[in-house]
Amino acid sequence: MGTILKLIAKRLATGLVVLWLVSLIIFSGLEFLPGDLAQEILGQSATPESLAAFRKELGLDQPMHTRYLKWLGGVFHGDFGKSLSNQRQISELIGVRFANTMFLASLAAIIAVPIALTLGILAALYRNTFFDRLINVLTLSSISFPEFFIAYILIYLFSVKINFFPSLANISPDTPLWDRVYICLLPAMTLTLVVVAHMMRLTRASIINLLASPYIEMAKLKGLKKARIILYHALPNALAPIINVVVLNLAYLIVGVVIVEVVFVYPGLGQLIVDSVQKRDMPVVQACSLIFAATYVLLNLTADILSIITNPRMLYPK
Amino acid sequence: MTSPKKKENHPLLKITGLHIEGQSDDAWIPIVKGVDLTLDRGQVLGLIGESGAGKSTIGLAAMGYAQPGCRITAGEIWFDGVDLRELRRRERRSFRGVRIAYVAQSAAASFNPAHKLIDQFSEIPVEHGVHSRADAEADAIDLFTRLQMPSPETIGYRYPHQVSGGQLQRAMTAMALSCRPDLIIFDEPTTALDVTTQIEVLATIRDIVEQFNTAAIYITHDLAVVAQMADKIIVLRYGEIVEAANTRIMLSDPREDYTKSLWAVRSFKKTAAAPEPEPVPLCKVEHVTAAYGDEPVLHDISFEIHKGHTVAVVGESGSGKSTAARVITGLLPPLKGQVLYKGDPLPPDYRHRTKDQLRQVQMIYQMADTALNPRQHIRDIIGRPLAFYLGMRGAKKEARIRELLDLIELEPDAFIGRLPGELSGGQKQRICIARALAAEPEFIICDEVTSALDQLVAEGILRLLDRLQQELSLAFMFITHDLATVKAIADEVIVMLQGEIVEQGSKISIFSPPHPEYTELLLSSVPEMDPDWLDKTLEERKHLSIKSADQ
Repeated sequence: MGTILKLIAKRLATGLVVLWLVSLIIFSGLEFLPGDLAQEILGQSATPESLAAFRKELGLDQPMHTRYLKWLGGVFHGDFGKSLSNQRQISELIGVRFANTMFLASLAAIIAVPIALTLGILAALYRNTFFDRLINVLTLSSISFPEFFIAYILIYLFSVKINFFPSLANISPDTPLWDRVYICLLPAMTLTLVVVAHMMRLTRASIINLLASPYIEMAKLKGLKKARIILYHALPNALAPIINVVVLNLAYLIVGVVIVEVVFVYPGLGQLIVDSVQKRDMPVVQACSLIFAATYVLLNLTADILSIITNPRMLYPK
Repeated sequence: MTSPKKKENHPLLKITGLHIEGQSDDAWIPIVKGVDLTLDRGQVLGLIGESGAGKSTIGLAAMGYAQPGCRITAGEIWFDGVDLRELRRRERRSFRGVRIAYVAQSAAASFNPAHKLIDQFSEIPVEHGVHSRADAEADAIDLFTRLQMPSPETIGYRYPHQVSGGQLQRAMTAMALSCRPDLIIFDEPTTALDVTTQIEVLATIRDIVEQFNTAAIYITHDLAVVAQMADKIIVLRYGEIVEAANTRIMLSDPREDYTKSLWAVRSFKKTAAAPEPEPVPLCKVEHVTAAYGDEPVLHDISFEIHKGHTVAVVGESGSGKSTAARVITGLLPPLKGQVLYKGDPLPPDYRHRTKDQLRQVQMIYQMADTALNPRQHIRDIIGRPLAFYLGMRGAKKEARIRELLDLIELEPDAFIGRLPGELSGGQKQRICIARALAAEPEFIICDEVTSALDQLVAEGILRLLDRLQQELSLAFMFITHDLATVKAIADEVIVMLQGEIVEQGSKISIFSPPHPEYTELLLSSVPEMDPDWLDKTLEERKHLSIKSADQ
């Protein structure tokens, strides 16, 4: 257990460094965007005087490093600052939307992960058969289309043609859970189609790779059933790579939903970040980026810990 | 199923006209070409031959199993009155593990790393519905005790990586016995073990076969081992039976030339005595202590290697033989001590050595397969050190490559443009030798260079190395665990145990008594062709109560 705790501490420390670098990159990146919030709000016809006055009010007249340090100081106290465009507290602005994004991501994960693993195992079991090829072709085509294209196709099929699901995924904090699931099903299906191929193919490849190992041959010579050989002898040893790809895809579900959220007008973090970039509302963009980066760091850490826990060689040293 | 008529007094296993084919690219090529054999209850049959002779394939076929990429094309496999080939898949499965069990060559690879030994043991009786889980566990402990495994009550609750190789091999034998099968296939069960461990496992296997009156097929390439284990022996070559006879007859009076040649391999001896040692040794290791991370591997070892001499370093796995080589080559800088080359200290880290210092010490590895880049042609593999160390190019380099190929007895025109994958194991090892020679060293470290080769091929390599030593007055540091090889080629011998040198001296002094206890154990553990050797040795050990390092 000591090794795991040490690993967690080490990874959290490097995670902080990563987050700091991310904040630097985002901050300077946004600096280079033409125009600013004052320009955006007051429009092209604003006089230089009124622009300068508005900038002063927002604190945009100060040099970049001063603003960055001030913002960083705030973050260390848990204060992300206020949105420049509507003066609301960013933490409150983000809170609901983050929960929404997590809800959508979890829903997609609950659908995608079992499907991907099952298909992967079945494809490995019946490899090079018609079933295997069919699964491969289907998942590969779904990953090859851009997400928005899949989203629109699904909307066309399920909302326009048969009117089964709503085309807009509009939820509010008081929408009941079951309705939420119903409303979010279409975006969740889009995300599922995007991530299944990756997870399924790695599961298949990991298991096929293991089927050549001597202990699998041994299991066959023990007269065991095929299902037991795959589930009891192959799968536990394939877990480490599978966990890694699953977690990577979970991170994608949270971070990569931007386009899907925009298509379905879903009130999540992705929608917020797109709006804020358009408005040059930098504190909000900063905060969202940090949350995304932190999600990546934490999920990768989880993957590493799970890999250790599922590997007796690392969990129980000699 | 239409149950075949059960004949009384039928043999336990009767294979007739067995043909097996293997897939190579798109074609099916024959691997086993019409093999017949019979085995009675309680009898042990030794299958022996070089790699590619089809021994393992036949062993597996006795379970009605063909490996992926192989298929049984003809023949009958009668097991206890049932033709396994005629059965449906499910019926065939019900025989495996229960009535016919298998013990694999590498227990370390054949135990699933994800599950405890006891789980893998209990799986067979429980899944086949022979015993309950609780009964299976109790039986496991009983078998572990009978197989003299340490702490039999608890060892099953460990994972494979927590148990030593010799113990794992015993655990696998125990697992094979879990349903008290009528027949066990032992596929080179001791090949991956050290000699001192091997003797224990051999004794265990023979006890078990006697105790349970189990029949066995014992597959090996080691004649001395099969002589101890088998009642009768079948010699195989290219998938055909060369000769079959009872063990004692086969050993004392082999009829076929091929069998005789197998028997004669162990007679190779170095051709000339070593030259007088020069005053300054070529390579001198002084008080070297080395470790991997925090784990100490070598403790204050010192030895010398003289020009034109062959120094054999022997010891079991983990004794530090290869680590000593890594220190000399600078791959592992020592914590203490130093390495002198012709009296001058070498920088501890190879990165600080000059090109010329690097050139003088070359290495040949055990696995020629992994030591050669599969994507490079032989020309590039041998040409690289010529260009790197000696700055050769163009026609001069090409001429030298051909010269080197001649030197290692491979026809230059035929081999220079080939890829390693197109070569046999022995040929690959020859290429590795040529690559080492290309640097024009005076000192070559050979790390188990013959261990992965068949005896006849290995002997060819030894003859080649011996000839090269005479012609080029090379010094060899010959790392091996095989004492027969040591006897054949060494001038001096260093015996290592757990990172220390137990004994060193001339070959004659090492091999003549009195020996330190460990050397005695090591020497007496090497199987001999005498079928009574195992009994005699075990009897002697009972009196001396020597224990192997494994226990």
